[in-house]
Amino acid sequence: MSIIALDSVSKSFGALKVADAITFEVRAGEALGIIGPNGAGKSSLFNLITGNLAADSGSIRFLDEDVTRQSAMQRCLKGIGRSFQIPQPFGKMTVFENLLVAAAFGQGRSERAVAMQAAEILERTGLLGRANVLADSLSLLERKRLELARALATDPKLLLLDEIAGGLTEGECGQLVRTIRDIHANGTTIIWIEHVLHALTSVVERLLVLDFGKVIGIGEPASIMASPQVREIYLGIEV
Amino acid sequence: MNTPASRTPYRVETRTRTSSIAGFTAIAVVVLLVVLPAFASRSLIQDLFFILTMLTLAQFWNLLAGYGGLVSVGQQAFVGIGAYALFSTVILWGLDPVPAILLGGLAALVLAVPFGFFAFRLQGAYFAIGTWVLAEVARLVVAQWKAVGGGTGTSLPRSATESIIFTSEIATLFGVRASAARDILAYWLALVLAIVAIGGIYWLLRSKRGLALAAVRDNPQAARSVGVDAQRVKWFVFLVAALGTGLTGALIYMQKARISPDAAFSLNDWTAYVIFIVVIGGIGTIEGPIVGVLVFFALQALLAQYGAWYLMVLGVIGIGVMLLAPRGLWGSFSDRTGIQLFPIRRRLVVGALTPKTPSREE
Repeated sequence: MSIIALDSVSKSFGALKVADAITFEVRAGEALGIIGPNGAGKSSLFNLITGNLAADSGSIRFLDEDVTRQSAMQRCLKGIGRSFQIPQPFGKMTVFENLLVAAAFGQGRSERAVAMQAAEILERTGLLGRANVLADSLSLLERKRLELARALATDPKLLLLDEIAGGLTEGECGQLVRTIRDIHANGTTIIWIEHVLHALTSVVERLLVLDFGKVIGIGEPASIMASPQVREIYLGIEV
Repeated sequence: MNTPASRTPYRVETRTRTSSIAGFTAIAVVVLLVVLPAFASRSLIQDLFFILTMLTLAQFWNLLAGYGGLVSVGQQAFVGIGAYALFSTVILWGLDPVPAILLGGLAALVLAVPFGFFAFRLQGAYFAIGTWVLAEVARLVVAQWKAVGGGTGTSLPRSATESIIFTSEIATLFGVRASAARDILAYWLALVLAIVAIGGIYWLLRSKRGLALAAVRDNPQAARSVGVDAQRVKWFVFLVAALGTGLTGALIYMQKARISPDAAFSLNDWTAYVIFIVVIGGIGTIEGPIVGVLVFFALQALLAQYGAWYLMVLGVIGIGVMLLAPRGLWGSFSDRTGIQLFPIRRRLVVGALTPKTPSREE
């Protein structure tokens, strides 16, 4: 059963087509990786799925319900959680409060009911020591972790991760991969945009390649990476 | 994901030791203020009435701008409409001024709906200018209303001011004249309003809604993405601020007993001074407006006789505080000392630094 299905979703900004008849499905429990050159429309695709952008045409179904016209808030409540590529923390709130607001509103529960869960997510994402500092005072790395932690706090069925491994050291990256594997193993469906290919392919089952707003390939990582078209567009002309 | 509470070493704290002390001090201050009319002079009661009403206006503006991120410079519209609702219901319907205060709040609430409908289409500085324009529109419309004196304004009829409920009881209780009793009544109502405003805002910020408010202020897009209804949160604070500002406006003009559109819809008196109070005291804190109103009152008492110089000094102080202590007097003090009288931070405390985990060997 597919958890999310896009059917010829398109979006343009003037002459620029950021999404050109995008069609694909993700099965419940699957992990899908999205790759593509800068400006291919990867983050815009996320914005379309979460409702931060409204599609010009096409339809988006989440858990067999048409969510194309629903707001970002409604889609979050249905179970779509996301991280932002450029971290968007609630800067004047503490790290813990960032999670608290996401957990309480994303799950529609009381603050008290979600407090311990928020604390555990901080522990899992390595932010426990920074729980009571203002989000504005975090380093970029910590902000990226906060993005992941806050998305997790909404208890999503579908988790969208937008370039959270960029700039990490080998060790940190390995740690992040383990965290995401754990989340995946708990049954959360994941769509992950990432340039760090080895991190991506060690988690995802399929890869989707995007260029100029078009899906130019989707399938098993090995076969996708072997396709000459993908090698040419994504990796530059070689071999 | 649910872990039994006994296993988790975490707990959430909001209260601090200073906040507990502050709580007791606040109760003592409130008791003192309640019984004050028994031994205070009439001019002190009038000064305190002014301080309390300005404090209430400042608390609501702070809720709107400091916590909700909605920098309105049109709050005088709600002072004016609240005051005019009181005057019109007293003059035209013969209502007692005290219950008419509630209608003043209601009128402000009703006006806030179309006001917000237009203003929420604008962001940031445009929102500020937009609210100002809307307030001017409200003033010009009210100035056309001949039944309450049009552009020149009117006074509360003597028959209404002399028979305000409770005043004769207060007069006999304290052995004062009717006009002094009216001041005491207005003072007590201002005290109630200030306490309800501060208590209510503090409760709001401590609640789940307070978290949503802060999230929307910091980043509306991210707030929506974690399930917060940003638009509803904005409407909520806007309506609450309008209601509180309208009630205060009605009360201020009940005490003045004389109204004109230019005075009741004055940008200077009801918004510029209020912004000054909040900014020098410390925006985004409940303590800030309290400190700010005391500084403002002291400056006014010292300098008001110098006319234009007074306004220039206020301006210079405002600029100075913004440059040297952008978080205001209380904000800077709180940053240095860590003291908060009304803490709203949810602090995560790890109960045991090394949580006991059963070892494998056991």
